[in-house]
Amino acid sequence: MNMNTAKSAPSNFGINVFFIIVCLMIALPFLLVISISLTSEDALSQFGYNLLPKAWSFEAYRIVFEKPTTLLRGYGVTILITVIGTVLSLLLTAMMAYPLSRRDFRYNRQLTFFVFFTMLFNGGLIPFYILMTQYLHLKNTLAALIIPGLLSPFNIMIMKGFLDKISKEIIESAKVDGAREFRIFFQIILPLSTPALATLGLLISFGYWNEWFNALLFIDNDKFIPLQLLLVRILSQADFLANSPMAEVSDKLKYASFPTLSVRMAMAIVASGPMLLIFPFFQKYFVKGITVGSLKE
Amino acid sequence: MGKPEPAELSTLPGNTGRRQPAVLRWVRSEFRHLRKNRELLLLALPGILFKLVIAYFPMVGLILAFKFFRYDEGIFGSKWVGLQNFEFLFKAQDAFRIIRNTLLYNFSYIILGTVSALLLALLLNELSGRLVKVYQTTMFLPFFISMVIVGYIGNAFFDFQNGYLNTLLGYVGIDPHNWYLETTPWIFILPLVSLWKGIGFSTLIYYAGMTGINPDYYEAATLDGATRVQMMRRITLPLIRPLIIILFILGLGNIIRGDFGLHYFLPNNVGPNFPTTDIIDTYVYRALTKLGDINSAAAVGFLQSVVGLITVVTANYVVRKIDDDSALF
Repeated sequence: MNMNTAKSAPSNFGINVFFIIVCLMIALPFLLVISISLTSEDALSQFGYNLLPKAWSFEAYRIVFEKPTTLLRGYGVTILITVIGTVLSLLLTAMMAYPLSRRDFRYNRQLTFFVFFTMLFNGGLIPFYILMTQYLHLKNTLAALIIPGLLSPFNIMIMKGFLDKISKEIIESAKVDGAREFRIFFQIILPLSTPALATLGLLISFGYWNEWFNALLFIDNDKFIPLQLLLVRILSQADFLANSPMAEVSDKLKYASFPTLSVRMAMAIVASGPMLLIFPFFQKYFVKGITVGSLKE
Repeated sequence: MGKPEPAELSTLPGNTGRRQPAVLRWVRSEFRHLRKNRELLLLALPGILFKLVIAYFPMVGLILAFKFFRYDEGIFGSKWVGLQNFEFLFKAQDAFRIIRNTLLYNFSYIILGTVSALLLALLLNELSGRLVKVYQTTMFLPFFISMVIVGYIGNAFFDFQNGYLNTLLGYVGIDPHNWYLETTPWIFILPLVSLWKGIGFSTLIYYAGMTGINPDYYEAATLDGATRVQMMRRITLPLIRPLIIILFILGLGNIIRGDFGLHYFLPNNVGPNFPTTDIIDTYVYRALTKLGDINSAAAVGFLQSVVGLITVVTANYVVRKIDDDSALF
């Protein structure tokens, strides 16, 4: 904080200790999963999971990458929807938030209501599903994974909160110089909004990277299965093969050769690891970029 | 409305004659405004069209709650059936259970999440330097993984044979639990995992709000000899109160809409733990995928939307009565 007061060292020490404990507790599950993925099968069945593997092994990762076709296709789909979705979504969000942040925009109130009403009220799952499949015909398309998440009111709220803090004099003086609104937006406002764009871009890209719900609803063609749906399928397939009375004997036999738990943990890491490594690079923007404001003027 | 009387009719031409210039004037001035604002409006247009199609069109589909939907007949062609779709809510013995679970879990998530995030943000606000970023990054990690992965991580803890929890219990000589087949543990596990997943984000939102507070307040308070706790209570908390209330109101809007991912993937969708894990959303999803029961699903969706709207509007109304500045709208 930017307080000039001399902070009492002892209590800061206490706070630091508190946060270290909290952080350790939060990080523990991750460490555990990493450790399991690196534990050899024998050690696993002998000692169970441990925070530090009793016997190290990269076997699980070798198995994951042994037949990489499905996994790589999953990566391809996920990367594609993440990149396209994030760019489109950032643009749409900023283009919507900017007019809303302008007090002199005549339709400010109506537009605010139009956008944020959807946050409070919606048609629910079934009408949405029927719209996507029967009217827009988006079943089994990449668009079905990209479109639903494009414009979230909450993101508009964050963007507007940031734009509200940009001095209106910049806009006024640009207008005096004869700049049109489009130029002001693209050449002045957007560059000034880097922190908000970086923050939102990160949130949005994680949204797409982690997208499983729409995939569950709209995708059953193997070509368009994103990583997360792949993981869902493995999880439910394992349960089905292990528990269902409907599973044939041959299925049960297949279960024997099904990904072991350490392979599943390795897959979880392979699926979410890359994005987690990206996050720290965006960190510096985070606090500056997030301001949730009221909807009132 | 009744038919207009002849006498009124006879005055109509005169009326419109007087009104028309006014209407025209209004149209003309609106048109001028439209021209003046057209570039800003054009910027918002893609978003407006998007919301219209993706968010507003489905609202029309809410009428499906009162229809017997058939794909070949479409939304408008399907037959009206009155309240028939809602009947299962009163017949099924699960109805009470899933509504109770949804409400109680959501309340606990909101309360637990808000209180913890506020506490952490207040403490974080006392610190400065590199460590703050380290803490933030760590607390944020769970926010960035999907609920599917949370389900996988759950496996690592709750697996009967090799799970971490059973290994730990083994060390102290307690018999292993079959976590997925039990009910009581989930009452604690679910709120804990929900907190774990969301705490980084909500702490950040409050923390960002706190850093936006004008430092002059703190300087003046320091000059007056205020302690740090006093400053938290008298400056920080009151100034971020609107933020707390906004997020609280938004949370209430989803009070009857459960966290599908959390409740579907973490308890592994296993029947025996349904009494304490099943919520409206998972129930409807199963009805939809296993039985193809579109009609009950539409009825529940309708209820969720309407109840959500009523809660938010009521909450906001109450807040506005008490403190106008804190209201969301």
